Amino acid sequence: MSNSTIDRAAQATPPAMAQRVKGFSDRTIAWIFVAPTILILLAINIFPLIWTIYLSFTNFRVNRPNNEVEWVGLKNYQRILGDSDVWMTMQATAHFLIWTIVLQVLIGFVLAYLINKKFRGNDLWTTIIVFPMMLSPAVVGNFWTFLYQPQIGLFNYVVSFFTGVDPASFSMIGEVDLAPWAIVIVDTWMWTPFVMLICLAGLRSIPDSIYEAAECDRATKWRQFWTITIPMILPFLMLAVLFRGIENFKMFDLVVQLTGGGPGNTTTLTSIDLKREAFEKWRTGYSSAYAVILFVTVFGLASIYVKALNRVKQR
Amino acid sequence: MKRNRLTSSTTLGFLAAGVLSANFATATAVQAEELNLCWAAWDPANALVELSKDFEEQSGHTMSFEFVPWPNFADRMLNELNSGGKLCDLLIGDSQWIGGAAENGQYLKLNEFFEQESISMDDFLPATVVGYAQWPKNTPNYYALPAYADVVGWTYRKDWFSRPEIQAEFMEQHGRELDVPKTLEELKQIGEFFQGRDIDGKTVYGAAIYTERGSEGLTMGLTNALYNYGFQYEDPDKPYELEGFVNSQGSIDGLEFYKSLYDCCTPPGASDAYMSQNIDAYKSGQVAMQMNFAFIWPGVEADPVVGNGNSGYFSNPAGPTGQFAQLGGQGISVVANSENTDAALEYIKWFAQQEVQQKWWDVGGAPALRAVVEAPDFAQSQPFAQTFLDSMAIVKDFWAEPSYASLLIATQSRMHNYVVAGQGTAKEALDGLVKDWDEIFEDEGKK
Amino acid sequence: MSYSVTEPSSRQKWVSGTLVIAYALITMLPLLWIIATGFKSSSDSIAYPPKVVFEPTVEGYVNVFTAQTRLSGEKLNEPVDDLPWYEQLVREKGNTIVGQSRFSERFMNSVIIGFGSTFFAIVLGTAAAYAFSRFKVPLKDDLLFFILSTRMMPPIAVAIPIFLMFRNLGLNDTHAGMILLYTAINLSLAVWLINGFIDEIPIEYEEAALIDGYTRFQAFYKVVLPQAATGIASTAIFCLIFAWNEYALAVLLTSGTAQTAPPFIPTIIGVGGQDWPAVAAAATIFLVPVMVFTILLRKHLLSGITFGAVRK
Repeated sequence: MSNSTIDRAAQATPPAMAQRVKGFSDRTIAWIFVAPTILILLAINIFPLIWTIYLSFTNFRVNRPNNEVEWVGLKNYQRILGDSDVWMTMQATAHFLIWTIVLQVLIGFVLAYLINKKFRGNDLWTTIIVFPMMLSPAVVGNFWTFLYQPQIGLFNYVVSFFTGVDPASFSMIGEVDLAPWAIVIVDTWMWTPFVMLICLAGLRSIPDSIYEAAECDRATKWRQFWTITIPMILPFLMLAVLFRGIENFKMFDLVVQLTGGGPGNTTTLTSIDLKREAFEKWRTGYSSAYAVILFVTVFGLASIYVKALNRVKQR
Repeated sequence: MKRNRLTSSTTLGFLAAGVLSANFATATAVQAEELNLCWAAWDPANALVELSKDFEEQSGHTMSFEFVPWPNFADRMLNELNSGGKLCDLLIGDSQWIGGAAENGQYLKLNEFFEQESISMDDFLPATVVGYAQWPKNTPNYYALPAYADVVGWTYRKDWFSRPEIQAEFMEQHGRELDVPKTLEELKQIGEFFQGRDIDGKTVYGAAIYTERGSEGLTMGLTNALYNYGFQYEDPDKPYELEGFVNSQGSIDGLEFYKSLYDCCTPPGASDAYMSQNIDAYKSGQVAMQMNFAFIWPGVEADPVVGNGNSGYFSNPAGPTGQFAQLGGQGISVVANSENTDAALEYIKWFAQQEVQQKWWDVGGAPALRAVVEAPDFAQSQPFAQTFLDSMAIVKDFWAEPSYASLLIATQSRMHNYVVAGQGTAKEALDGLVKDWDEIFEDEGKK
Repeated sequence: MSYSVTEPSSRQKWVSGTLVIAYALITMLPLLWIIATGFKSSSDSIAYPPKVVFEPTVEGYVNVFTAQTRLSGEKLNEPVDDLPWYEQLVREKGNTIVGQSRFSERFMNSVIIGFGSTFFAIVLGTAAAYAFSRFKVPLKDDLLFFILSTRMMPPIAVAIPIFLMFRNLGLNDTHAGMILLYTAINLSLAVWLINGFIDEIPIEYEEAALIDGYTRFQAFYKVVLPQAATGIASTAIFCLIFAWNEYALAVLLTSGTAQTAPPFIPTIIGVGGQDWPAVAAAATIFLVPVMVFTILLRKHLLSGITFGAVRK
């Protein structure tokens, strides 16, 4: 579509008129308009990225200005990939990623399905449901530590109200078995509305006529759901999973406020680990290599996924 | 480094001309400077604001303050120092930072200044001079003036301890009077005794101890057990030799003891507790004892519920091999990057005076000046004064090496994994720690 | 309305309405709890079991804006009647106000950095989006993807070289540095979203304007911009919310002067122990503007959060 747009613009701009544009050709204007953006992105994205790659082959440390910077080759990469602690953080990240996506897709889809029944006031309630995802994760995460406190927090009392368990008997962020779920719960609370909104858009994009035709063919509601609703909404769901996947792979603020990575290392996600290496231990070279590994992982996974997504869309 | 801010500001001026004007405003005045002092956000800092009003009056300088809570303090301030920032003119930095800050030229060396103003380090408690001011340790190279003397100690509910029915029951169970524990083992027995007990219709617990994961909390608590069971940081004859000292049998016993204390005697949800959580647990009447730095004691005394003689204080009890307590506290340093070094030094000079140090004690600070703390009436001046003095006499500190942060992070990770998360054995945890520390020292070229 | 097979029955509506409202109420509970805690006294806030009914007080709000210390010495016996109401309030707790806290400064930093970066992102983003939409830009698709990819990187990884770069330029902990950084990050969102909005405007409008003798700039300024105004406005709000909520970069690249509210609020602590009402008060002041924006954004929410990939 964009090509035809440009063609049309070109056709609509006869040479004589282009000259009237006070000496600026379209080409010049295009550059004037795009250049600042490209420059800023070069300065803040590309240049630092190249620098990171360079640093990842050195032993540079920010907090040792007097040490000589040495080229260490692939040593940093070898150390990271051979470090069992790094793999532990990857595991913690995977657990977090998988469960948040599963829960958010399930709950988000059901919510969207219910809202799509167009009951009175559904707009208002949709807006209310959306609130959590617009808020600052750090501020909200910090407050959740308070909600999770066994003696004085709200969460344990709500659980106890429904199940009868003693609220002082468990600690969501203090116990090894519960902490990974504590962060999943808060993230699900925050981001289910995101999946819901996307699903809702998907459901609303399905033309009524398809259901009407199915009805004529006497397909059951159940069958309609599996043969119409799900396939039609699949690209939307996959998009939601892509966004949540990327976001939660990067996850830092919410979890660092909630658990600080503890107890032990049970909720130390890669971003938290990287922050410790880079900004507490100040192993700059090492953590640059770590960062490069994360870049490659996220770009690799994302592009494979986008390919799959496009295939689903084309069907 | 100084010119950089100016040039970059002008090149970026088009981006935020209005915003930047604030950055230039400070440089003009010569006489009356605006001094920014950075410290942790805690009660002593609030007291220092009050105390510093006298300095503002006398010098004409204005003071502003940047206080960061303990769990974020090291992170934020070391970031600030390493970024070459100019936020702080004066920094009351934690004792363990001194190695790094001295070696990287982030603090001004104060020897010349001390000589010039005839400030003598002999006038300060020896432990605080070594702990807060010297680098390398035990050499006359000073990068700070001892500002706040602090040490881990214990607070207990005197009112509960003294109840006849509780006394009687304890006597029956343990065959001795319920009193301040003399050993860590006794402390644990008292903790077990109170754990889950019903007092005035509320369930109470034994003791609040440090378990915090994110910064230094667990380490600052755990060392109080380790030291007293025989843990040593290194071979006293062979620096940086760790094997058999960090993971000695005594260390293992000490670590197991601390874990057993965590398991038996802490209130629910105490898995990430540091200073303020322990204060809350104690003040809300949840626990019979709390481990905490001495800085909280004025606050405990002033509390309407637990104060007024309802609380008592004791030094960290002895273990099988000795009696030590984790050193806290900080020295005050001038940040090398500051543009107001003269005014900053003026502040230190003012602060070192005996009257000011005396007033510092009166408003809730903890001076290290011997003339104040060794005065005959000092021990009686506050209910906790004697305990403070006793504790300051048995202090030991964590590594103050330039790589202290890495050493600490490794400790936090290994120890939290064992004590709170309950993974592995004490021996495995300490062996792991030796491995981590060895690696760090090898990286540093110290081994 | 005539009967349709796709129109849910009234029973279906009733059931789904109830379920959704129940979910909405549960999801609001933590937020309501924040707001309520802001009006509790500190002892009510840590009472167990948690108090639902309590006597409201503005203590938390006073604490958030002031620095306090414990009363000592002669001040203990001062008469309190002549003091302003807020000083009386803290005196009741045995404290005294020694000055302003840093909260209002940090809040203003959030405002300055948020609006500053939004402004530049929108100006530059609109220009770039127009160019991408209307002109032949070499490597256009690659450029667009590259712009988007900047949002995929973990912020901590991005922060390592930025920290070094800012250190050499003296930009650490400055407003200019944070504005520059957030502008760069928001540019990707701005370009993608506004590009979509401009694509939707029929090119015939501009053609007509050009034939009428408008220059390109005039056509852009007088024809395209007004058409895209709502879209640009909602994009601006999205940029603002990002900058407003951002934590990871702010916590690593600012220490005081330019520190924004998100890294600051979790570090609010009271005199002797954690002051939850003050934290809640600060959170309330900080969160409510975003809730208002969310209501304003209702219609464009979806395209905003999906970089324009999904539109209604």
